[in-house]
Formats: sequence, C-alpha cells, structure tokens
Amino acid sequence: MTLPSLRGRAAVAGIGELKPTRYAEGRTVPHLMLEAARLAMLDARMRPADIDGLLVAPALTGAPVTFASMMAEYIGLQPHYLDIVDTGGASGASQLIRAAAAIATGVCRAVLCLTADALDPSTFYTRGATMMGLPGAEFERPYGPMGANSGYALIAQRHMYEFGTTSEQLAKVAVDQRTNACANPMAIFYGQPISVDDVLNSPLVVDPLHLLEIVMPCTGGAAFIVTSPERARESGHPVVTLLGAGEACTHASITYRVPMTTSPIVESAGRAFEMAGVTPADIDLVSVYDCYTITVVITLEDAGFCEKGRGGPFVAEHDLTYRGDFPVNTHGGQLSFGQPGLAGGTSHIIEAVRQLRGEAGERQVPNCELAFVNGNGGILSEQASLVLGRVE
Amino acid sequence: MSQATEYSKPLPRPTLISKPFWDGLRQEKLLVQRCRSCGRLQHYPRPHCIVCLSQELEWAPMSGKGTVYSFTIVRRAAHPAFAADVPYVLAVIELQEGPHVTGNVVGTPPEAVRIGMPVTAVFDHVTPDVTLLKWRPAE
Repeated sequence: MTLPSLRGRAAVAGIGELKPTRYAEGRTVPHLMLEAARLAMLDARMRPADIDGLLVAPALTGAPVTFASMMAEYIGLQPHYLDIVDTGGASGASQLIRAAAAIATGVCRAVLCLTADALDPSTFYTRGATMMGLPGAEFERPYGPMGANSGYALIAQRHMYEFGTTSEQLAKVAVDQRTNACANPMAIFYGQPISVDDVLNSPLVVDPLHLLEIVMPCTGGAAFIVTSPERARESGHPVVTLLGAGEACTHASITYRVPMTTSPIVESAGRAFEMAGVTPADIDLVSVYDCYTITVVITLEDAGFCEKGRGGPFVAEHDLTYRGDFPVNTHGGQLSFGQPGLAGGTSHIIEAVRQLRGEAGERQVPNCELAFVNGNGGILSEQASLVLGRVE
Repeated sequence: MSQATEYSKPLPRPTLISKPFWDGLRQEKLLVQRCRSCGRLQHYPRPHCIVCLSQELEWAPMSGKGTVYSFTIVRRAAHPAFAADVPYVLAVIELQEGPHVTGNVVGTPPEAVRIGMPVTAVFDHVTPDVTLLKWRPAE
C-alpha cells in the first residue's frame, strides 16, 4: 500500500516564538500560548476568523481533558477541527504532520499549532507516571530514575560501549550549538560562549552526562500556522512547504528497547526522505531535537547523515555552527536556546522556517533551500521527522 | 537489606495482573510471564501475550542471573527520598533468559560497575509488603 503523499501539499505560513525565560514569573500556559499565537497570526497576515483548525500540545505542568476547546475559546477561535497532540517532545512536528494532512484533504483552510510551558519548580517531584497500572510507576520509579536524564544517560553509556564514542565528541555538540546561540538574541544562553573544557568540567549529573550536556527546562511558547501553499503566498514571506514527513514509535521506556542505541528515527526519517524524494546529502540545514548531546549524535546516525556508530567522530570532524560545513541547530538548539516544555521541540521547526525564508539574520545559512527537522519524544521513543523546503 | 523504619521512596502498586510478580519477589523468587502458546517470555506483566494474543500465561521462575546491559550513576537526587543514596547505580539488566529489567546495582562502589558485568538478583525487602528487585556483582 502506498500512503497518499503530503509532498508540497501544505505550507508553514506563520511562525511565532517567545524568548525563553527560566521561570514563569506569573505567566500561565494559556497566556504564553496566546502570545505565541498572536505572533504567528500576525506573521501569516491572518486573523482569528481565518483559523479553522487548532492543535495544542499538553504542558509538562499538566493539561486537562477538553484542553483544546478551552484554548480555542481563550484565543477567540471557533474551529471545526481541534485536538491535543501528544508525542512528547515530538509534538510540534507531529502537529505539523496532522495539520498538513487536514490541509491536503480539504478538512481545514488554516490550522494553528501551539506548544508552551510555564515552569513551576514546586511540581518537579510530583508530576510523572502516577496513574495506577502505568508500568513506569510500578517497575521503574521505585529504583530512582532521574526522569529523562537517566534514560539518555543509559543510552549514552551504551553508545560509548558499543562504538567508542567519547565525552569530548559529545561535548563538541554543546559547544557548537552554544556558538550558534551567541548569534541568536532570542536564546536563553545568548552571550555566554562555552568550551569543550567547560562542558567536561561541569558536574557529572548522570554518568556519562555532564550538566552542560543536559537541556535546561524553562518557560516560553511557540506557534505556527499550516495552510495551503497558495494561501501562504499572501503572508508576504517566501513560502516554506512540507516536502516529506514520517513518524515512528517503538517503545516508551528505554529499558525495553533493543538495541538501545538505535532509535525509530531510522523509520521516521526514512519515510520523510522517501516522500520528499531527497537524500541526507541534499539537506542544507539540520534542525533536530537535542534534549542531550547524545540525542544529536544518534539522530545524525539514524537519519542517515553518517554511518551508524560514527556519530561521535562525525560531530568532532564537522563544524556544526551556522558558518560551518554542516550547520546543526543554528538557533542554539534547546541546549542553548532553552526548552520551554514541548515548545522546545517546536523551536527546531521555527528555526528551519526562518532559515528557509532567509530571515535568520547574522546566523543565516547561505542558499538554505532544504531543511531536515526531527522531533523526538520520551526516551528516543516517539519520532516525527520532516523535510521542509523553500518554494521558488 | 535496608530496613528504614519509614520508607519514603516511591513504591510499586501491584495490580491484578502484576501481583504474582511482586508476591514472587517477597518469597525471593524472580518470576516472569511465559506464554504457553508461543513460549515467549514477557516482562513487564500484561493480561495477554503481546505477540500471539494468547491469554494462556504462566509464571516462569528465572535463574536470577543476568548482565549489566547499560547503567548510569545518579549523582543528584531524582526525588527527595533518594537524597541520602546518591551516588547510586541505576541499570538495565539483561536476564540470562533474555528479558530486560530496570534495577539498582548494589554492594559495589558505583565506579566499579561495567556494561557486560555478570550480576545476581538481590531481594530487598524494603517494607513488610514490598520487595524490590536489585542486583549485585556475581561471585
């Protein structure tokens, strides 16, 4: 069976993103979503009446049943298509795929996609899998896992064992992305360059991961609007379309994933490239989920940018900055831009759209026409891969 | 093993399906579901075999031997109740019979743990009702 192709059927017409801050400082998730939505509507030259679809993602601080209609009312929308999309950190990319399907099938004219979080330190230890019968609460929490941190530490340790990956190679990812963040005034770590020694001298939190290899949760929000390529032209920006998309999920807990060091990105990226009719060698910008340094290394391997197991040497040998030979996460990535909950994953989409439009300012990648975006949820669990391109 | 008067760490809440697993640990037996139809071992427990859909599952005793598939040393408390334990080892153990389980490696300095290290099950009776499955380096 051949799935209907989404290639070129939908465009990202409007983007909106808030500068991350560490804590919420009185702002709420609805407040942050509304601010981001306003920016996206202005960017798309749309008003609430032009939006007929709404996709929201839950906040880490919790989202109740009927959250989507609560947000629709708060924003002033009366959509005929609405849902909560939850693939963890991949939610933004998954929203884009679902919105594109709604546009391609004529279900919607314009779909607003929202992610945001308002960090509340008082809930650090109370959230998580507490529902009776969820296996994580029963078979993992009693042993003191450190949330996603220990999950990715297990993966990194195993990757080092199987392939000889080193802490120096992983640190290079954090350093190059920080260089990128220093060219992005929106980044939470703007103006704070770091070196490989800084990363290696930062405290080990969960071996082998150091503090500066671990994403910092913060507050913020992001929004984008998906519409037809024709309608997108009215925004006045160069049109960025979805050329390829793929999703895959092989597990929830990393305990049961064998082999632990290979992610379902193999399938999701494979489908995205096949739909787009391009290969990794054609890509001008890589904008991929980076909750930890190891995430980037494994994503580059599994998406086919380098051989399996060669991700460590690959990031060491290439310049991943916006002025380098292999630009990755030119906004700083979540490690240096910040991770405002699930909006962190959306930041990779927003940056790709900026770069493809040629609106990335100081950090613009020359002749950027094709971008690969990856959303990653859970512990390398849910994957949503995208190929985005500029329409001439 | 550790017998704190007030155990404040998260505890499992056994379900209708998982109760035999936890009862087994209390009796110092490691039991894993085996499908009578296709022979597959399945951990964690579920109402049926997720490969062949058979509901004919039995509780098979495991050897209690395994190896470290991967591990990390947790150096900051993941939960306030673990603050006194850091640094401690969180590991994925590959049972000799195949399935993977989450656990702690105890009875060794954390720095001595290695991937591939042979380990033996430790039944840690943390409360009168609950026994956790932990691991120590094999003799």
